Amino acid sequence: MAKRIDVSGLSAYYGSFRAIEDISMTVEPRSVTAFIGPSGCGKSTFLRTLNRMHEVTPGGRVDGKVMLDDENLYGAGVDPVAVRREVGMVFQRPNPFPTMSVFDNVAAGLRLNGSYKKSELSDVVEKSLKGANLWNEVKDRLNKPGSGLSGGQQQRLCIARAIAVEPKVLLMDEPCSALDPISTLAIEDLIGELKERFTIVIVTHNMQQAARVSDRTAFFNLAAVGQPGKLIEIDDTERIFSNPSVQATEDYISGRFG
Amino acid sequence: MSTVVAAKPTGSLQGARLPKWFPYALAAGSVALGIGISFAAGLESNIQWGLIAAILFVVGTYVIATRVEGKRQAKDRIATSLVWVAFLLAVVPLVSLVWVTVARGVKVLDIYFLSHSMGVVADNEPGGGIYHAIIGSLEQVGLATVMGAPIGVLTAIYLVEYGRGKLAKAVTFFVDVMTGIPSIVAGLFILSLMLQFDMQPFGFAGSLALAILMMPVVVRSTEEMLKLVPNELREASLALGIPKWRTILKVVLPTAIGGITTGIMLAVARIAGETAPVLLLVFGNPFINNNPFEGAQASLPLYIYQQYANSGGAEAAYDRAWAASLTLIAFVMILNLGARGIARWKAPKTGR
Repeated sequence: MAKRIDVSGLSAYYGSFRAIEDISMTVEPRSVTAFIGPSGCGKSTFLRTLNRMHEVTPGGRVDGKVMLDDENLYGAGVDPVAVRREVGMVFQRPNPFPTMSVFDNVAAGLRLNGSYKKSELSDVVEKSLKGANLWNEVKDRLNKPGSGLSGGQQQRLCIARAIAVEPKVLLMDEPCSALDPISTLAIEDLIGELKERFTIVIVTHNMQQAARVSDRTAFFNLAAVGQPGKLIEIDDTERIFSNPSVQATEDYISGRFG
Repeated sequence: MSTVVAAKPTGSLQGARLPKWFPYALAAGSVALGIGISFAAGLESNIQWGLIAAILFVVGTYVIATRVEGKRQAKDRIATSLVWVAFLLAVVPLVSLVWVTVARGVKVLDIYFLSHSMGVVADNEPGGGIYHAIIGSLEQVGLATVMGAPIGVLTAIYLVEYGRGKLAKAVTFFVDVMTGIPSIVAGLFILSLMLQFDMQPFGFAGSLALAILMMPVVVRSTEEMLKLVPNELREASLALGIPKWRTILKVVLPTAIGGITTGIMLAVARIAGETAPVLLLVFGNPFINNNPFEGAQASLPLYIYQQYANSGGAEAAYDRAWAASLTLIAFVMILNLGARGIARWKAPKTGR
């Protein structure tokens, strides 16, 4: 069910400013790929092009191809809404819908896209919350507001909400950066479980996290401020962190710049 | 407790402080002295001794505080007392207004008054009531809200969620212009249309003018409320594959609905008291007219004006005018309280 992603020649613009240039890579299904790189190098921008969220920003524009299995996400006549149902996203700061209960939050993706019976929704909600390792903590308070949970629980709620619609790919934009170490560990364990079902791409500032969690790692960098970001190297995680091919990667990993 | 006035120790971090009861004692003293001085000087007006008392208070605070505490604390106390004086200046007329309205309005306010019209009672005789004016106001304001509120909310949604180009800029500009339209100009506009078609006064024409006055207020307040919804909520919803219009309807609007309702209620409270367009377009009617689409109607602010102006100074008419004013204020206050209640009920819950 998880799909593979093939990117070729992708550039993304904000108005006339080119933020990332000519990126090409492959992400295997049912794997975890981490994007690392210094601030401002375009990792999040690139992530957002993978589910057509980049164009939601005013002035956002994309050139190039992103193939999801055998379909070009940027082909003519492709509906961005349909793309986003296939490629889900979890954001940096947990953002449960404030007017909805825990149950409604997890069911939102389904309910707002069609009509379902309460019993069908209950099954999906339970399955998603179990998949996000949150079920035991919230099963007695499904009707309480979603914003009443702690930060780590809210982020797991957002993950449950994202996987409830059964996307093929799950994108995670620094999902643990707003959380404490214990919650971070919980989410990293969760990623390890989720990769059995989904293709996962995670942007992270934390290199140790990338080393723990991912199968492959991609290193992005800028030549200088104001220049577009480029993909410098992508390889198996072990290789990147022990014996990278490019000097810049080596410098970044050993902390010579960041 | 500390002594009344502590001596200032030298070379330490502590300073002398005036006791807590000092401002009240000084206020009482200034008032007494103010009354005494105005008595002695033969001044009649309450305002004059109030002003004298206020000046004595401010000057007394500064002098005594400088002596005991120091220049900085004295300036602090001056600022506090000036703020208090300004607050009293603002609140006293308000309280006085409500007091006078209640005192004079309850004279003729009873169930009979609220349930009968002025049908067979001349303007300068006692008796009669405001039922026809209440019906008229409710119908005119109600119809205006039904027209103005949805248009206002939808315009605001366009401006915040969709509008990027020239149309949005033009709409914003014209909404700003409309916010400043005098109510009588809105009335004249509708009147000119009515005269074109040779129409007689009727309640709905007043509703049209009131809707024109209400729309820009609703647009502005809804716009502010929508902008307060964090963008990450919209992004979270879009990332789930929910189309944009559904995101607005099911995520953005429910989050902002408390503030939007408050804005609409406040706009309604504003137009409930508009007299000028109603005077031109609805004309007034001593009889009950339940149909806003045919025939002249009464309305509460218009009734108040007509009782005052057309009655030749009869006591009975003034009493009725005050009672109608009290009813109008009560109506607006209920709307305001309703708005607050709805806002609190609909606010995003934060319970655990």
